[in-house]
Amino acid sequence: MARILEFVLNGRRRVDAVPDNLLLLDYLREVVGLTGTKTGCDGGECGACTVLVDDQPRLSCLTLAAGVNGQRVDTVESLGQDGRLSAVQRGFHEKLGSQCGYCTPGFIMASAGLLRRNPHPSEDDIRAALGSNICRCTGYVKIIEAVKYAAELHAGGLAP
Amino acid sequence: MNEVVPAHNIGAYVPMVDGPDKVSGRAKYTADLVTPGLLAGRIFRSPYSHAEVLEVDASDALRLPGVKAIVTGADCDKTFGVLPIARSEHPLARDKVRYRGEPIAAVAAIDDATAKRALGLIKLKVRELPAHYTCKDAMAADASTIHAHRPNNIERDVLFELGSVEQGFREADLVREGSYDCAEVCQNQMEMHAAVAEYDAVRERMTVYASTQVPYYVHLMLAQILDMDMSRIRVIKPHVGGGFGCRTEALNVELIAALLARKAGGSVRLVTNREETFITHRGRPQTDIRLKIGMRKDGKITAVECECYQRGGAHSGYGIVTILYSGSMLYAIYDVHNVKYIGKRVLTNTPPCGAFRGHGTVDIRFAFENLLDEMASELGLDQMAVRRANYLTAPTFTDNDLMVNSYGLPECVDWVEKASGWRQRKGKLPKGKGSIRKGLGFACSHYISGASKPVNWTGEPHATVKIKLDFDGSIVVLSGAADIGQGSSTILVQTVAEVLGLDLSRIRIVTGDSEVVPKDNGSYSSRVTFMVGNAAIDAAQNLKGMLVAAAARKLEAKPEEIECLGEVYRAGAQDKGLTFNEVVTEALKDSGTITVTGNYSTIPQSHGGKKYRGAAIGGTMGYSYSAQVVEVSVDEDTGVVNVDQVWVAHDCGKALNRLTVEGQVQGSVWMGMGQAMSEETGYHEGLLVTGNMLDYRVPTIQDSPPIEVGIIESNDPHGPFGAKEAGEGSLAAFLPALTNAIADAIGVRFNILPVTPDRVFAALEKRRRAGNGDAAR
Repeated sequence: MARILEFVLNGRRRVDAVPDNLLLLDYLREVVGLTGTKTGCDGGECGACTVLVDDQPRLSCLTLAAGVNGQRVDTVESLGQDGRLSAVQRGFHEKLGSQCGYCTPGFIMASAGLLRRNPHPSEDDIRAALGSNICRCTGYVKIIEAVKYAAELHAGGLAP
Repeated sequence: MNEVVPAHNIGAYVPMVDGPDKVSGRAKYTADLVTPGLLAGRIFRSPYSHAEVLEVDASDALRLPGVKAIVTGADCDKTFGVLPIARSEHPLARDKVRYRGEPIAAVAAIDDATAKRALGLIKLKVRELPAHYTCKDAMAADASTIHAHRPNNIERDVLFELGSVEQGFREADLVREGSYDCAEVCQNQMEMHAAVAEYDAVRERMTVYASTQVPYYVHLMLAQILDMDMSRIRVIKPHVGGGFGCRTEALNVELIAALLARKAGGSVRLVTNREETFITHRGRPQTDIRLKIGMRKDGKITAVECECYQRGGAHSGYGIVTILYSGSMLYAIYDVHNVKYIGKRVLTNTPPCGAFRGHGTVDIRFAFENLLDEMASELGLDQMAVRRANYLTAPTFTDNDLMVNSYGLPECVDWVEKASGWRQRKGKLPKGKGSIRKGLGFACSHYISGASKPVNWTGEPHATVKIKLDFDGSIVVLSGAADIGQGSSTILVQTVAEVLGLDLSRIRIVTGDSEVVPKDNGSYSSRVTFMVGNAAIDAAQNLKGMLVAAAARKLEAKPEEIECLGEVYRAGAQDKGLTFNEVVTEALKDSGTITVTGNYSTIPQSHGGKKYRGAAIGGTMGYSYSAQVVEVSVDEDTGVVNVDQVWVAHDCGKALNRLTVEGQVQGSVWMGMGQAMSEETGYHEGLLVTGNMLDYRVPTIQDSPPIEVGIIESNDPHGPFGAKEAGEGSLAAFLPALTNAIADAIGVRFNILPVTPDRVFAALEKRRRAGNGDAAR
């Protein structure tokens, strides 16, 4: 069975007919073509598919597309303004919070969610907010630096 | 005058050139290549560990509406494998299946749901055979043979003795022996294996997009498996989400995708799920080690005897190389003589192992540095003093003919000694709160900067880079080096910019498309910075020579009078000179678009020796060195070990990019931590029971310590700008540094990996029952 999904994706209203059992992750990647959101596991293990639903980090591999009806969904493609990188994106780029880049969109969205609710996180806050995202390249050291730097940039009005 | 004005990028903190694509979600990985009409591929896998395949009946599956093609072993009688001498594997099993999960058939259908349904309709008839899951079982006299050409299931037997261990042990004041058991671990890179194969039936051409570290090997194996001329095949490597070694060989995934695409006459996307990615494996083998070391009172090692058994899994893969590395790399870190090595690579009915970061060296180093620690304590010597008693003096050749030209290990040890406060703190750490005990551990490791002789030895230069320069003044570097996240593209851009004295923004890089870029031996054994970096320097120097000649012509000067300032070429300081674009315009008058080539070949002295069969393995142009101190807190009530802090010093010759060197070293240390503390594949009668990231326990950000990196620059005489590898050598030292730290904290030494809380708890319980409980502390 399909149903009508009406929601706001990356700031734009969107209406689609989606099968009941279609995951938000597959909807984003295969239907809309927003492949920035990644599949990294068989469900709920790694956090690579993290998106924001009404500003809250959510695993899109454990969320039905039909379940976000009436809500706001933001993916990594929504960040930045006028072609400029957002503070979190700059942090991950400039501080090497991203190596192979595959887990990066998930980490960035979880970090963006953190900074939206807590613009001045402590290191413990960062660790807690990113505790369900797995990275295999960095050892997380530079990810923590990236998020701290992003918070500074943001606080200083240096990046959106 | 013809000297380069440094662009000040070598040695700087340079973010990756492809970083903006990765942080914006624009970077395309293989599974992201969604095109209309793309078929979905799925693999039907063996539910048996070891069985004769009597019949694969796909007729019902083929009748399912939406199924476009099914391939089985009958579609391909060729074998593949990374080593030309050990190609034992069919992309789809034919006569036999040898591990649970081995591909038997594959389906291409209009969508994934249809492909999945079709798998359920495939019928398999087999005759089961006895299966063997451990080295011991597989080597038993009455064991069934997994591969007919490998009697007793021995893939490779290695034996060498250089000097006399008997003599060496006689000279020792202390001889100790230990047994070590390291669990099998898997790379578990974040991107699951993926391939998109496009077959053009009209022109009979195959294009394969693959998540690989070595597009060249995929190309070779596609030609072999498809029985197609290599010129009809094109391999493209999109962004790759890590590899850590499992993608240094062609995997069945890309070969099966290509077989499906050709049969379906279209395009097929084949993406393994996480469980299948674990089953495809190519990780580090379960390893049993017996190690015996002789030592004088002053810490000098007099003899080493090492016996090593690796459970290699069901196919050859890199196995022969792995077991040889484990022996040869007993050398080149310390000055050792009188060394005997007995290595056995064993075939078993488990998924095939491969090359995992630190290939062949990690488990041996774990054993070695543990035993050194133990012996140092017994002799009342400082742990660092024992290493200092055994340093090499570069340049030198080891007894097995490995060439060591630069040796920064002493500086690495000094750095971690100081940074960690070793002298003031070792043995004097205060007890933690309650049941917490604290400890410090130390260990060293090393690695190669690329195997001097590539696996496919063709006589060509080891690396080739091309640079294109055209009317627009943009410099395009063309390289086959596969950036898999380690930052090789960034290093090559920096290198070319440095030689030409230009800003990074003028340089672009194209990689990963066999139709455009020169062949490269790929991203494995930490070869790219060293080999391809040197080729890039050569190419950039050749280009600079042409630009200087053109400037001289235009300025009516001699080439040696031309000063290259990057954006300006001039003849003497008074000359206003020519802009870079004016020089380019002049240079193009000769030949139109300029394309230059740069090459790098390793020197024969670096190729290792001929003292025993396989002695060339381990030969490299430059060894990296690493020293680590690990501080732990152990909770004696729960067995939980927390790593509080790591200090690591890595001799990378010269840090071309301090940001990426730090990132690579931290990543290596952390990956060592995963192996040491929690990661372990598990099988029940050959069935993988840890095929997800919860049961295969990867450390999270909550478990992971601060890692402080010291960069040691020994300036290797052959390295590009003096550089050596930075991405593997620091992994191995973590493992023994951890167990040495735990021994320091609670007086219990762990010779079995991973050191999980239940193992620590059990060991503490055993000690309590023995009655010496807390009294020891």
